[in-house]
Amino acid sequence: MQEKLPTQPDAQGKFGPYGGQFVPETLMPALEELLTAYQEARADAEFMGEFHRLLKDYVGRPSALTHAKRLSEQLGGAQIYLKREDLNHSGAHKINNALGQALLAKRMGKKRIVAETGAGQHGVGSATACALLGLECIVYMGTVDIARQQPNVYRMKLLGAEVRPVSSGSKTLKDAINEAIRDWVTNVDSTHYLLGSVLGPHPYPMMVRDFQSVIGAEAREQMLAACGRLPDSIIACVGGGSNAMGIFHAFRDDHEVDFIGVEAGGEGIESGKHAARFADLNISRLGVLQGTKSFVMQTADGQIMETHSISAGLDYPSVGPEHAWMRDQERAGYTYATDAEALAAFQRLSETEGIIPALESAHAVAEAIKLAPTMRPDQILLVNLSGRGDKDLDTVINQLAL
Amino acid sequence: MQRTDRERKQEQTGVSRISQAFERAQKLRSAALMPYFTLGYPTMESSVEIISAVAEESDLLELGVPFSDPLADGPTIQRSTQQALDNGTTVAGCLQMVAQLRRRGIDTPILLMGYYNPVMAYGEEAYVRDAAAAGADGFIIPDLPLEEAAEMEALADNYGLALVYFLAPTSPEARIAAVARHAKGFIYLVSLTGVTGARAALHADLGDFISRVRRQTTVPLAVGFGISTPEQAAAVGQLADGVIVGSAVINAADAAEDKPAAARQFVKSLQEGLNRR
Repeated sequence: MQEKLPTQPDAQGKFGPYGGQFVPETLMPALEELLTAYQEARADAEFMGEFHRLLKDYVGRPSALTHAKRLSEQLGGAQIYLKREDLNHSGAHKINNALGQALLAKRMGKKRIVAETGAGQHGVGSATACALLGLECIVYMGTVDIARQQPNVYRMKLLGAEVRPVSSGSKTLKDAINEAIRDWVTNVDSTHYLLGSVLGPHPYPMMVRDFQSVIGAEAREQMLAACGRLPDSIIACVGGGSNAMGIFHAFRDDHEVDFIGVEAGGEGIESGKHAARFADLNISRLGVLQGTKSFVMQTADGQIMETHSISAGLDYPSVGPEHAWMRDQERAGYTYATDAEALAAFQRLSETEGIIPALESAHAVAEAIKLAPTMRPDQILLVNLSGRGDKDLDTVINQLAL
Repeated sequence: MQRTDRERKQEQTGVSRISQAFERAQKLRSAALMPYFTLGYPTMESSVEIISAVAEESDLLELGVPFSDPLADGPTIQRSTQQALDNGTTVAGCLQMVAQLRRRGIDTPILLMGYYNPVMAYGEEAYVRDAAAAGADGFIIPDLPLEEAAEMEALADNYGLALVYFLAPTSPEARIAAVARHAKGFIYLVSLTGVTGARAALHADLGDFISRVRRQTTVPLAVGFGISTPEQAAAVGQLADGVIVGSAVINAADAAEDKPAAARQFVKSLQEGLNRR
């Protein structure tokens, strides 16, 4: 008999040995306040009612479940189903969590929001939620990411957010998080830090997962309605890992359903230019980064390494603590797709299904393309299509020489 | 081998050396001065020269072990630690610099300030053991709050070194009480909500904050973050047992050709500020 995985971290905010609260003292009371407020809100039918009303009337949920028929036929194996988070208002799954936390911030009386963004999807989600709820929004973004995700920078500005460029360190997501935390520690009384993934100190990994778990809850019902059964495997890309945790969560006790997380293989593991935390255990070891204990890509001396991915949203040296724990428990398996594989999947899904995926999500599609031909036609792969690819056109046009 | 109580009392530990530094300062005036400097900055060689010069005017020293992602630090210390890393500074190299300072006869108590990940990578036990052997007296780990610190505290205790805890203006009474129960050496009071770095003015509520902590402990209270002038040091020295100045020392060294002399002169001016009280 298989045991159920506990759905909550322990009192210290740990999932097994991972997670916790490794932050400066100034923030510890804010985390306590946040945890209490979140627990109260989660138990408040009015709050959760408002959250779900916005998910329906504003985001447009439930997002569709699409049978990728032509792609499945071409591959000649398992049936591929896509959970269409790309159809959400603002273009990705990020809006689910952004709305949840923005509502919570408002309930807590915080009028100012800081957020970090990599690909810009969380920044756009946060800016959108703040515009809707009348909150001030400041988004920190690395200058490398600003250059490669220009459309989202304009979107955030149009939505009334201030985008603050970060030019320290690797000038990507990790550095944007550092600056967001520095802002939060400075303005902690007035400000809520709207962290965009299942990262950071407790309660963020749990809270972000909970707000994203609507993905899996819908997908589970939709799969049963469409196929009369659950999928054999669920595939999702993993940067911090919020879309993956969001779709996995509702299936965690369905032990016949495999979970596959796909990390960014960049230019290949041997090249060292990647963000595959679970694939390269020589340089990825237990460590503490930005408030949480998990696998961290680091030098022998404990300095955080610069990562590489064609997709800004997966370009991060650590991974959500619950993922590390699900991996230890063998509840989830992790693999990677390279930049080239993700690009090929991006193009193939566009051409066969008329769906342009985000480069992040294309990593999950790439794994489905590898896996489906090894399976029978009566088997099912569920892919979380976490976002749409409009933001990536510049990158892709350059790479594919269109 | 069992040691007698008498032998144990005669032994100097890191914690006792830190305590004595505060006591000595108190006898002379009342606040101990603890400058911060980044190990390996601006170069590996000049770092030791600057710290040696600063030590002449210091009651304690806080020495930075660089980390790539110093999220509690402002621009000045970020820049210095990044430069130190670019110079090839490692954790082992930092411990060697501490040993070098001791060989030069500098006996000022030394607190190693560094983030937790490089400590984990080095190995917690090895880090504490090697730091003790090098001559360090305690540790300041800004991203290791009380709740996560049990292992490091036990290791530091084994070697008689202090794991210094922080309190912030946001810390409620219960956290102050909990930190007070664990405090060794001193408690590091963050003067404001924010990151390290020079500020034009001190926080208006600083006196209230220090009094709130003082009511719960007799351990020395040292205040840092944002203190950059002799006047500010003097004002904080009236309220607290220790004054910590970091970014301003780095700025003073940066601005001069003769960096050791400039840093020492600046720290001397801080001491004079404290003495004017």
